[in-house]
Amino acid sequence: MEKISFDQLQEELFFEKLPNGLSVYILPKKGFNKSYATFTTKYGSIDNHFVPLGKQDFTKVPDGIAHFLEHKLFEKEDGDVFQQFSKQGASANAFTSFTRTAYLFSSTADFERNLETLVDFVQDPYFSDKTVEKEKGIIGQEITMYDDNPDWRLYFGLIQNLYQNHPVKIDIAGTIESISHITPDLLYECYNTFYHPSNMLLFIVGPVDPSAIMNQIRENQSKKDYKDQQEIKRKFEMEPVQVAEKKQVLEMNVQTSKCLVGIKALHVDQTGSEMLKNELTMNVLLDLLFSKSSENFNQLYNSGLIDETFSYDFTQEQGFGFAMVGGDTREPDKLAETLEKMLLEAKNGKAFTNEQLERAIKKKIGAFLRAINSPEYIANQFTRYAFNDMDFFEVVPMLERITLEDVEKLASEVIAEERFSVCQVVPKKK
Amino acid sequence: MDSLSEKVSEMRGFKLHVVETNKYKTNTIVWKMKAPLANEDVTKRALLPYVLQSSSETFPSTAELRSYLDELYGATFFVDLAKKGEYHVISFSIEIANEKFLKDTSPLLRKGFEFLTEILTKPHLSGNGFDSDMVEKEKRTLKDRIQSIFDDKMRYSNFRLVQEMCKGEPYALEVNGELDQVDSITPENLYDYYKKAFQEDECDLYFIGDVKEEEVQKLAGDLLQFQDRSPKKIESRNEKRIENVNEVKEQQDIKQGKLNIGYRTYVKYGDPDYYALQVFNGIFGGFSHSKLFINVREKASLAYYAASRLESHKGLMMVMSGIDLKNYNQAVGIIHEQMDAMKKGDFTDEELDQTKAVIQNQLLETIDTSRGLIEVLYHNVVSHVDINLEHWLKAMQETTKEEIIKVGNKIELDTIYFLTGMEAGK
Repeated sequence: MEKISFDQLQEELFFEKLPNGLSVYILPKKGFNKSYATFTTKYGSIDNHFVPLGKQDFTKVPDGIAHFLEHKLFEKEDGDVFQQFSKQGASANAFTSFTRTAYLFSSTADFERNLETLVDFVQDPYFSDKTVEKEKGIIGQEITMYDDNPDWRLYFGLIQNLYQNHPVKIDIAGTIESISHITPDLLYECYNTFYHPSNMLLFIVGPVDPSAIMNQIRENQSKKDYKDQQEIKRKFEMEPVQVAEKKQVLEMNVQTSKCLVGIKALHVDQTGSEMLKNELTMNVLLDLLFSKSSENFNQLYNSGLIDETFSYDFTQEQGFGFAMVGGDTREPDKLAETLEKMLLEAKNGKAFTNEQLERAIKKKIGAFLRAINSPEYIANQFTRYAFNDMDFFEVVPMLERITLEDVEKLASEVIAEERFSVCQVVPKKK
Repeated sequence: MDSLSEKVSEMRGFKLHVVETNKYKTNTIVWKMKAPLANEDVTKRALLPYVLQSSSETFPSTAELRSYLDELYGATFFVDLAKKGEYHVISFSIEIANEKFLKDTSPLLRKGFEFLTEILTKPHLSGNGFDSDMVEKEKRTLKDRIQSIFDDKMRYSNFRLVQEMCKGEPYALEVNGELDQVDSITPENLYDYYKKAFQEDECDLYFIGDVKEEEVQKLAGDLLQFQDRSPKKIESRNEKRIENVNEVKEQQDIKQGKLNIGYRTYVKYGDPDYYALQVFNGIFGGFSHSKLFINVREKASLAYYAASRLESHKGLMMVMSGIDLKNYNQAVGIIHEQMDAMKKGDFTDEELDQTKAVIQNQLLETIDTSRGLIEVLYHNVVSHVDINLEHWLKAMQETTKEEIIKVGNKIELDTIYFLTGMEAGK
């Protein structure tokens, strides 16, 4: 077991890669009641085209299957794992993103037993015709719930505008039609391909004894018969630099319009520290442009074009990425136009000062400290970073190294009219 | 459990609550002020904190104010509003990095607190009122905020249930105020209300983090002094008894129906049978092992979510679920059956133990975050009781099946609200 110390933050991290390939990380947190564990596979909604374990040819699976699998893994022949956790005083959950599926629990007692339950249930699938059919009704309601949610429709609508081929444009839960094609055999095929320990990461954070916990996991894994697995082959079609659609307007049963402007990212082949630097620089750039202390934000707010729902965000993963800016607005077209103008000004060398940059970086450092008060944040973000070969604990040192030149260079590259797109939700005409 | 001792002291016009802990990388300061919900004040109270947070005497523009916060390592500062029973609570929260974890070790806590006192006591004024530009902008945003509830159907249907169920009671007032009252607010009458609120509200200041009680006491005593007061309490009156169940259906152009059911529990935080009610709610619908989740979702496959929750200071229990429009009768039928089963004591010891374990876990997790801890401690202020967490957990664990059945039989169905689509009503 390897120990890594972070003196400035006063944290220690323990790590071991087990013989079957599973990566295990433990971060002790004194003074907390809660322990938290996530068991995550590098398998999300975008992994829909791959060579199944033991086969030669690529296959395409129905949209929404990774999320469906996440739901179904909780159900066993003898009942529901949620029940098991709550009997042990824990609260369990799971989520599926574009690139990951995570299973997790938190507990304030009986941590070892709950950890055993977590690892065992994820490593013991049970899919039957009956349970798969039943789940279609439940997930159908989940899909319908999102269909009525204007913010979700806006967010996904924009991604669909940005991407022509990449499966990030597919809704994570799929559609009622696509999930109707899911069968137990297909679920097993996905499971066997993506849930091998070498494709997974276990992260534990809380008031725990790292060596005892590591021993427990070693022992648990040594009892299971995993064969070495060859590298997973995934296929993604070529994605052009240009966006698929410049604009989409969705009419919904709302009273207030919404507008998001997106930029399709560049550099989506990055990993490791290069990716970390790009992601942090992009976040600093967006802060300089649109944070509450920025000139732009105040101009937009004072003129009544935006309200407190205004936000901005940057997502980068291997193969796709996007920045989004916007929110509720009285004038969706004017907001889109103004935001695009502000972005282009930054591209064309509208200067930021060193003082502004320092402030933006200080703000990010403070936000990182606040975030690591949260065991959930540490576990989820650390896993995401690790899957992209980035070092979570390099965030602060990397932020301190960002220069005005870095920010300006990125602005001039990444901001481009051909990679802009707009999505709006407007009240339905009566 | 991590020992959390809350030290409370009387200050000039407010109470100071300090919890010393070094488990966080940040320190948290929260100012809370509450008054009874009243139609004539509710919209002013909803606007006031947003005007105060937008600028101040030293920081006359939002850009300057926010730049200063960025400078303090991105201290987060926000305001929010809540209804706790029939009280309207305004909170100002600031969370600031502990310089111990930074390369630059100049002290931040004092600066954070000074900032908060500036916001509370040195507003941006002109003439006999607040700055009128700021008030106009925040009135516009308040209108947006009030209206936004319509676009979030889950929030909307819950709001409509409460509106129908508590007609004529102060609790029916919306936390963000009433749209038709916004225009009549002026910089002057809002400033008058500000002075009144700081003279009359019950005020509490919380410090959570790597702090020392004596130092905080001195700091708070030096920087914040108000008039002493005896805070207004809501009048206790006879609770509404239910004669007929109110069934309300509303049509909108939506795909998924929202079913919200409201019950009266006649039990509030601080009552002896409150703990039994917590366990009742847990077995009935509070968790993913509960009867509602199992029967509405897992067995009947009708919904993605089906849950119940308590409003502890008003004595309500609310069920919510999102269902297909055609399944209304079936879903309501299942929920009624589960309620009847609960009242008859049709639940196992295993369900009982499991629920207690999960409630305990939930509370301990909540107090792991500084804001969660403050919310839990604040229940005592609202109810004028003094229940420590150890006592709370012990009393909950000792609850018996008989007590749960007894509290269950106090519960009465009040209103069934269904937000349905355009098809089903035909």
